[in-house]
Amino acid sequence: MEKPLTKNIPSNGDGPLLLAAYESAGGYESVRRALQTTPATITDLVTKAKLRGRGGAGFSTGMKWSFVPMGKDAPRPKYLLANADEMEPGTFKDRLLLEGDPHQLIEGMIVAAYAIQADIAYIFLRAEYTLAAKRLSRAIAEAYEKHYLGRNILGSGYSLEIYLHISAGRYMCGEETGLLNALEGKRANPRSKPPFPQVSGLWGKPTIVQNVETLCNLPHIVNNGPNWFQNLSHTADGGTKLYGASGKVKRPGLWELPMGTTIREILEEHAGGMRDGVKLRGLLPGGASTDFLTEQHLDVRMDFQEVQKAGSRLGTGTMIVLDDQTCPVGMVWNLERFFAQESCGWCTPCWSGLNWAERILRAMEEGRGQAGDLEKLEFQTKFNAPGHTFCALAPGAMEPLQSALKYFHADFEQHIREHRCPWR
Amino acid sequence: MLTVEERQEIEAEFSRYPNKRAVSIDALKIIQRHRGWVSDESLRDLGKLLEMTPDELDGVATFYNLVFRKPVGRHVVLVCDSVSCWIMGCESLCKRLAMQLGVSLGGTTSDGRFTVLPIVCLGACDHAPTLMVDNDLHGDVQPEKLDELLERYK
Repeated sequence: MEKPLTKNIPSNGDGPLLLAAYESAGGYESVRRALQTTPATITDLVTKAKLRGRGGAGFSTGMKWSFVPMGKDAPRPKYLLANADEMEPGTFKDRLLLEGDPHQLIEGMIVAAYAIQADIAYIFLRAEYTLAAKRLSRAIAEAYEKHYLGRNILGSGYSLEIYLHISAGRYMCGEETGLLNALEGKRANPRSKPPFPQVSGLWGKPTIVQNVETLCNLPHIVNNGPNWFQNLSHTADGGTKLYGASGKVKRPGLWELPMGTTIREILEEHAGGMRDGVKLRGLLPGGASTDFLTEQHLDVRMDFQEVQKAGSRLGTGTMIVLDDQTCPVGMVWNLERFFAQESCGWCTPCWSGLNWAERILRAMEEGRGQAGDLEKLEFQTKFNAPGHTFCALAPGAMEPLQSALKYFHADFEQHIREHRCPWR
Repeated sequence: MLTVEERQEIEAEFSRYPNKRAVSIDALKIIQRHRGWVSDESLRDLGKLLEMTPDELDGVATFYNLVFRKPVGRHVVLVCDSVSCWIMGCESLCKRLAMQLGVSLGGTTSDGRFTVLPIVCLGACDHAPTLMVDNDLHGDVQPEKLDELLERYK
């Protein structure tokens, strides 16, 4: 089984490959290839490969690029942004790519930037990823020295600057338009769309924002072609996927597997099943803002379509596992507290609604739950549904809540009836 | 007054962005690196350099979790309280930490050695529960071994 994304990452905890070793392993080959062809050819390859964004939303990468104005009259400068603001609770996949193979990200960024003819690229990195910052800085410096970056890359006439921007911490920065505002030195509030960033993004110029894992796939697509990429996958969405599991499983961790691997295989084979003494009650398949799935969904394939059919989302592909000795109401309270705290306050349903939800859940956990609380929570899931807010933070926050109300209804009722949390 | 060194570091950032305002977050962090936190006076001085009002700058400073507008201890302990760490027992870790240091979350020890703050998911969920001390990530933290861990930070 091929593992293009992680093949260079040392499993013994050693540092990442430096440039010379990375080149000997075939590194930067895709840049040479890309520079010898047209930007449109690269976009076409990526579209044919059916690469979908790995940050959570799963938008088609090739289609996203196709909205960028091209040609002589296109506004300049154009920007490519690598979203390395990994802050979705339960998600730790981009950390591995950033720390383990920083040159792969830079190579992918050059390919993407060339395809949209970007002039400037930023890596937007969360502040807590201090080791990644160190390794990325070194890799960027190395890439400049060998003329993979800067003016007239490898004599092609194409120029690209890459800067590392280290954030100061806020979940909203990972939202596409919040990230633009953060980079402009503002509060990371979302922007209304349209205009879409592809046309009017950073400082009003055409901008593409891509997740780290998405960008890391690009060198391999350019080198091996769309058919190869399609064949890596078990399903219609191309490629491999970094899957993870955390919670009370025997071996929490991260694995690069074919896209469409079943939840059962990830949980039982790779994560080693549940720890002794606890049983599975449910899981969030792709981070905090995805709906719960339960034991009946173990054979669901972890790809964009199948997880959606099961009533949730692939999200980031890193699952959070709930066991039978952990309180589901407490878990949802923890999630809603996070979302309420990280809400930027820009639109009312979110700042008001999430705080209400958080307070009701806290009251239940502290034995102060009341008749009517469940109806109020149900109302919030509708009040904060997609379309009522500027960005996806609040709708995402409602996903674990609405599904918990469905699957763990009896637990909520018990909290209210007994005026206590049975697990505390 | 900003020191010459702070000023130079901030001005070095100007080349990476098309305007001064965009440097605000980097600049706040530069000041914090030198002084531990960002005072009202620092905001005023920085505002002049970036051509922003102190209010505008404070709006930015207070938005971000890791810009400190109050003094902090010599070492900042960030304890993850997000979902995977919660499942793996961060509540008891926090209690232990509070007991050991004699401060609650948000507080600074009386000797000025540690400030303890909650933090959102640190992206190391396979090693929950996690915390950071300054720039160092610590995973699989066992409450009974906190003593040993904190000993390294004087």
